[in-house]
Amino acid sequence: MAQPFTKIMARNIFYGGTAFFFLLFLALTFDTMGQLPQRDNRAALSGELGPVIAQGKLIWEENNCIGCHTLLGEGAYFAPELGNVYTRYGNSTDAIKGFIASRPAEGIPGRRSMPQFNFSDEELTAIAEFLKYVSEINTANWPPNIQG
Amino acid sequence: MQYQSQAVAKPYFIAAIALFVAQVLFGLIMGLQYVVGDFLFPEIPFNVARMVHTNALIVWLLMAFMGASYYLVPEEAETELYSPALATLMFWVFLVAAALTVAGYLLLSYSTLAEITMNKLLPTMGREFLEQPTITKIGIVIVALAFLFNVGMTILRGRKTVINLVLLLGLTGLAVFFLFAFYNPVNLVLDKYFWWWVVHLWVEGVWELILGAILAFVLVKTTGVDREVIEKWLYVIIAMTLITGIVGTGHHYYWIGTPEYWQWWGSIFSAMEPIPFFMMTVFAFNVVNKRRRDHPNKPAMLWALGTAVMAFLGAGVWGFLHTLSPVNYYTHGSQITAAHGHMAFYGAYVMINITIISYAMPLLRGRNAANSAKSQIWEMWSFWLMTISMVFITLFLTGAGILQAYLQRMGENPQPFMVVQEHISLFYWLREIAGVIFLIGLVVYIASFFVGQNDPEATTAN
Ligand code: HEM
Ligand code: HEM
Ligand SMILES: [Fe+2]
Repeated sequence: MAQPFTKIMARNIFYGGTAFFFLLFLALTFDTMGQLPQRDNRAALSGELGPVIAQGKLIWEENNCIGCHTLLGEGAYFAPELGNVYTRYGNSTDAIKGFIASRPAEGIPGRRSMPQFNFSDEELTAIAEFLKYVSEINTANWPPNIQG
Repeated sequence: MQYQSQAVAKPYFIAAIALFVAQVLFGLIMGLQYVVGDFLFPEIPFNVARMVHTNALIVWLLMAFMGASYYLVPEEAETELYSPALATLMFWVFLVAAALTVAGYLLLSYSTLAEITMNKLLPTMGREFLEQPTITKIGIVIVALAFLFNVGMTILRGRKTVINLVLLLGLTGLAVFFLFAFYNPVNLVLDKYFWWWVVHLWVEGVWELILGAILAFVLVKTTGVDREVIEKWLYVIIAMTLITGIVGTGHHYYWIGTPEYWQWWGSIFSAMEPIPFFMMTVFAFNVVNKRRRDHPNKPAMLWALGTAVMAFLGAGVWGFLHTLSPVNYYTHGSQITAAHGHMAFYGAYVMINITIISYAMPLLRGRNAANSAKSQIWEMWSFWLMTISMVFITLFLTGAGILQAYLQRMGENPQPFMVVQEHISLFYWLREIAGVIFLIGLVVYIASFFVGQNDPEATTAN
């Protein structure tokens, strides 16, 4: 005789299933942590420019750039992807710095425009180096093309 | 209302609705900025409006979850709340912290806000949805701990039901996973990896437990169907949620520097994530069909069934649309993402909170079971206005997203982002129009609290 499916059985599936798949997730996370050094460009972080990149990330965060842009496809969808902007700008940090520095303070009439942040040259360098570091992360060939 | 202390839920619900209004107003500002780029520039740049929009959403959902808990936990536990005073105190702490944070966003530049809140001591700001100053985040943790303590003690003291237990598990998970908001390494891949432990494990994990528990509570109350049946469903649904949803986190690990096997794990497990949402739909309709009585609060039933349907559409169907890695390769971070984000948040978490508010508010305001017939008609109009306009917002954004993916990421001649945005502006105009109708629906919803206040209660016979 088939047993009826009871509440206790449902409860056990919940606890057992959750525990099992959470442990599986932790195991996958553990494995990922082992593989990341080959993919996440951490060499750049421990290199000579490491502190500059770290400063760049902080500036990126403290000006909420993610509130308009995506970075590796995450963020807001109002302005272009920046994970590959370094390559889009011809592998040039100077081009990135020039773009950020030249935004008109009052915007462009009728169009979306980026604020003028009045960064110093040192801050501009830091952001550009941060974006260069990001562009060298192995993202499994994403984005599909240079347009991001 | 069976216990005096349930009354502490009321200010939570009212503040939640007020923040909902702020959220939608800033949504409309952004929607206009999408097509009239210099609207309010540089006074309210897009990123500032976006922070207000998304943070107001999160805070009001949390407020409403807390209100819901303060309402239903005592009733389920059959005892007064452990400390109503603590609940009221925490309400004010939370509200003031939220108000100060939003004022900071609007009145200061974000970098100034970071500076005066000493972000450098423990940098946590400037990441999507987690933009709050570190001090605000600490405040959220304190409020959450006080809340969990209060609710936990109540449950310990009283009758232990499955609904209370599942709710408490969900709320505890919410607090625990929020702690990852404090982990922000320089290594961007690690930052992103654990950022999702807040965002994904919330909406596709522990929040679904809260959703299930609230839905079960309202269905027990309004249909009179046997608790055993409902509780069994609840267990099965949340089991499927976590079995698929935890490893399903992998659908965010395709392109952020993580190993490529996540394309398999993420696709397979997240493709099953719609199952618990589908079960929720079947569950809700099943229980309502088997109802033992007709509850006079018709809007509450409508919202409950609406949640079950719209959560499945927004999270299940629109989630599935872009969750397989070969599709996500082209849609990642596009308007498709925004389309899904809107309908999923609305269908699951906005609607479940309105469901419990709809059920509880008449009782908190001294009615026996329901509002007047007139008020109910207004509320049901607001249901249709908001829900249908959200369907259209989603459809327009999906149209925009398909074109965006095609023009920018596929084909012979991929075009630059900004050029593509010009091409698809018609869809953004249509989205904005649908957004205005959504706002009208919200106004009608609020009006429903004020019309027919002196009329007699609706009865099942009408
Ligand atoms: C009244 C109409 C609304 C309009 C015009 C609107 C507009 C917008 C816009 C323009 C964005 C930013 C997209 C970007 O980053 O480029 C956004 C983001 C968002 N909105 Fe709304 N919104 C509205 C209502 C709502 C409602 C009711 C909800 C909640 C259910 C909601 C939840 C969200 C979420 C979760 C995001 C972040 C999406 C993501 O990161 O993918 N919005 N909204
Ligand atoms: C109620 C539940 C859900 C809510 C509230 C929700 C909300 C969201 C939001 C706001 C985002 C954008 C995050 C960002 O800004 O980067 C997102 C992304 C995503 N969601 Fe959901 N979601 C839910 C359920 C689901 C389900 C069940 C699936 C799969 C079947 C799914 C698949 C996805 C995918 C694949 C992305 C990434 C999109 C991209 O690559 O840009 N979601 N979700
Ligand atoms: Fe997810």
